[in-house]
Amino acid sequence: MAKITYHTHDNKIHAIDVQNGLTVMEGAIQNDIPGIDADCGGGMACATCHVYVKEEWLDKLPTKEDGEEDMLDMAFEPKNNSRLSCQLIVSDELDGLEVNIPSKQG
Amino acid sequence: MNKTDVLIIGAGPTGLFCAHQLGIIGLSCEIVDNLDKAGGQCIELYPDKPIYDIPAVPECTGEELTNNLLKQIKPFNVKFNLNERVEKLKKKQNRWHVKTSGGIEFDVAAIVIAGGVGSFEPRKFSVKECEKFEGKSLLYSIKDKSIFNDKTISIFGGGDSALDWAIELSNTSNVNLIHRRDGFSGAEASVQKVKELNDQGKLNLYTKFQIDSVMGDKKIESVKIKHDEGEIKEIKSDYVLGFFGLIMQLGPILDWGLNIDKKTVKVSTENFETNVNGIFAIGDICSYPGKLKLILSGFHEGALAARGCFKYAKPDEKLRFEFTTTSKAAQERLGVKK
Repeated sequence: MAKITYHTHDNKIHAIDVQNGLTVMEGAIQNDIPGIDADCGGGMACATCHVYVKEEWLDKLPTKEDGEEDMLDMAFEPKNNSRLSCQLIVSDELDGLEVNIPSKQG
Repeated sequence: MNKTDVLIIGAGPTGLFCAHQLGIIGLSCEIVDNLDKAGGQCIELYPDKPIYDIPAVPECTGEELTNNLLKQIKPFNVKFNLNERVEKLKKKQNRWHVKTSGGIEFDVAAIVIAGGVGSFEPRKFSVKECEKFEGKSLLYSIKDKSIFNDKTISIFGGGDSALDWAIELSNTSNVNLIHRRDGFSGAEASVQKVKELNDQGKLNLYTKFQIDSVMGDKKIESVKIKHDEGEIKEIKSDYVLGFFGLIMQLGPILDWGLNIDKKTVKVSTENFETNVNGIFAIGDICSYPGKLKLILSGFHEGALAARGCFKYAKPDEKLRFEFTTTSKAAQERLGVKK
């Protein structure tokens, strides 16, 4: 279990306990947190679960697989701290992670 | 007006298999899809990626799955209406009249929405003022490349479309290629070619830059791009092209009075009919308790929806359940009867 904090574009803060093994994307979807579409269902094929990771967490997250950066090229306003939340698998190490959800996914 | 029993919206695996099931029970159908080919997400998102969970098929790619489904429905001569998006829907007595973006009209007894997560549309620039130039000097696809002759073109993106067009147009135009990072997702050979052309001064490559704003009155005159580190460059441009792939949008289906929740349509699991009689939804677009977004679930949903369509297409007949191994009628329809 890890506490993941989602900052949505309407300036609301959603701190959610997400089970280990789920992805940060699934944590958002299951808790009805707005702004993550996840059109492809977690297949790293659509870039609609794009989030901005709080800077201090960037180095602590698992590194991106090849396809993730390619998909981020398609994302809405990608930045250096962009990740696809479907690729972030929750574990105890991610306890305290904070992500910002962009204003749109496409 | 095209008259057929059922209109299937979406030519992905679910829509294709539903066409098969309709054919087996003796109903006719046509398929509409906004893409230029059949296959849906399988073809558009992962044509080369292996799929491992199609029953009795240990491994196949999205493209192989699509080709096999097309082969499987060949006996039914299903008509495809590609590059068309359904727009308008009207109830006419017991039938539905549907009109597409290209003006094709259908008169059908039932509709099966197998639309995945919506129709594929180009992803657009996030910069607001881009809208006012869209379709004129700012484009997301190219129909006539001769309009670019001797012009200055700024192309954004790092995939195959961006690279291929940058290479091609560098022969006839002054090309700027702008991409948000040093790496590209397009083919390695194209990346090398673009770098060569950049070294030879035949195109200008800007990496770690993204669009900042576009300037111009009636048409684009220049575009400002911003580096990761904050530097802003203004480059003269007659045209701006964006190649950021496709995104799925639900589109006009939203206005059909269907029970929609979070981009999906609620259905009854008995026959996959929606809250509107005669309109069915199957595959990723439908939702019900326990829904799995798997291709195999879409096949099951299509089989039941096809049977649900029967009472609308042939209200005076009774549908008898039969197996393809033994049914003479089904085998005749498949063209395999000895």
